[in-house]
Amino acid sequence: MLSQTLQYFFSGLTNGAIYALSALGFSLIYNASGVINFAQGEFIMLGGVCAVMLTAAGVPLPLAILIAVLVVSLVGLMLEKLAIEPAGDADVVSLIIITIGASIFLQGVAQVVFGPGQRALAPFTGDAPIMIFGASLLPQSMWMMGTGALIVLILAWFFGRTRLGKAMLATAHNRLAARLVGINTRHVLALSFVISAALGAVAGVVSAPITLTSYDVGIMVGLKGFVAATLGGLGSGLGAVVGGLILGLTEALAAGYISSAYKDAVPFVLIILILFFMPRGLFGARASERV
Amino acid sequence: MSEDGQVPSPLLDVSDLCTHYGRIQALHGVSVSVHRGSLVALVGANGAGKTTLLRTLSGVHRATGGRIVFDGRDITRARADLRVRSGISQVPEGRQMFGPMSVEDNLNLGAYTRPIAESRRSIGRIYAMFPVLEERRAQPAGTLSGGQQQMLSIGRALMSQPRLLLLDEPSMGLAPQLVAEIFSAIVALAKGGMTILLVEQNAQAALSVADFGYVIETGKTVISGRGRDLLQDDRVRQAYLGM
Repeated sequence: MLSQTLQYFFSGLTNGAIYALSALGFSLIYNASGVINFAQGEFIMLGGVCAVMLTAAGVPLPLAILIAVLVVSLVGLMLEKLAIEPAGDADVVSLIIITIGASIFLQGVAQVVFGPGQRALAPFTGDAPIMIFGASLLPQSMWMMGTGALIVLILAWFFGRTRLGKAMLATAHNRLAARLVGINTRHVLALSFVISAALGAVAGVVSAPITLTSYDVGIMVGLKGFVAATLGGLGSGLGAVVGGLILGLTEALAAGYISSAYKDAVPFVLIILILFFMPRGLFGARASERV
Repeated sequence: MSEDGQVPSPLLDVSDLCTHYGRIQALHGVSVSVHRGSLVALVGANGAGKTTLLRTLSGVHRATGGRIVFDGRDITRARADLRVRSGISQVPEGRQMFGPMSVEDNLNLGAYTRPIAESRRSIGRIYAMFPVLEERRAQPAGTLSGGQQQMLSIGRALMSQPRLLLLDEPSMGLAPQLVAEIFSAIVALAKGGMTILLVEQNAQAALSVADFGYVIETGKTVISGRGRDLLQDDRVRQAYLGM
């Protein structure tokens, strides 16, 4: 009994780490622009797909990971420069629709380049499970949780300690004041797309050995990231992490104790409940303040 | 503009400035000069275009006509962040805090365009000027009182080491005692050599401390003169001082 629950926990935290990274990407861009970036899931897909293609072409894994993250960051930058920035002062809803278009476009390109099939990346450090109290934990799961935790720490340092990070937060809190102290808010927006894309790429790369990857994995993991961000409170970094972990755990427990057929239904039931009963999520407070 | 070398060119020279909000014209040709080391007040009723003028000077609102020359350079089309770097800093209407961030973070962000080592020194000067800010340095800016937020807003603007300080309605929403406190801080800054353009609805308070004043009405500068002279001007007294 204990070992089974523990098993669900491991699986929940593993997926939760990915949802948390995805949710952080949503929150970052939301903070910089008020936009929900529905191409966030494609960043995750592209990370996995790039790494698979590079390793298949004989590039050593660490180098492949690095290149994949750089390529996807560049895609994020281009998305901002070529699709969001030219829209100028368009309202938020138009920008959101642009990101949906970008998402479909990126999927199409990935389908052409990568092909329609599912492929896996080799696990970073073998696939012999470690047994803990009767539950098995894959080394790749530890990579996913560890990477997630490391990234959260790096982001906490960046936004809490560095001037650039604080300037990005300041822009989210008050864009007019940010411009008046000399922060180039255009750069902040571009940077938020680059960081979100890099987060997505990392999530995509570390999860590719377990969840497999294909041109269409981005939709579901992106939507779940959005649910996690909403659950935690859009725009809150802490909320994104907590939301992601809660979502992962709920999903795993529902799959284990109810039926695995309902696994993907969990986030959507959850988002209906959140929107009904606490539209600002767990840590969000500024929902009504945004214009 | 100093052909003869006698009259020094103004630090800020605004001529025929026009701006629009969509199709509606907000400024219809505003001309204002601010000389180095002077305190210039711009007074006018609500909606006359005072805030729009400052927003256009700071570059957060686009000019549709006319020229803004700062320190001899045409900056009419320059980006807002580059204007801060060239030495223009604004204390905006309504304080505009980074609410959830600490008082100290707000001040440090004011020095975003300056080297980090310099901002450590600047912050000491701001704390000397407004000691209450040092007492509350770790507190979120949004939890300060209105007067303290105004002090923080002024302090944050000074952190960028401006050569021209634009003040938008610093007395707005403050109790008379606090208004006096804020104004004495402004006068102290002016005495210290800071060039200031002060925009105020409180014409009495603004004109009595100003070297020079302008009256703005429906997007145009209509009267100008020495601050003390404007206080005696019948038109000004009737329209803005309620006399």
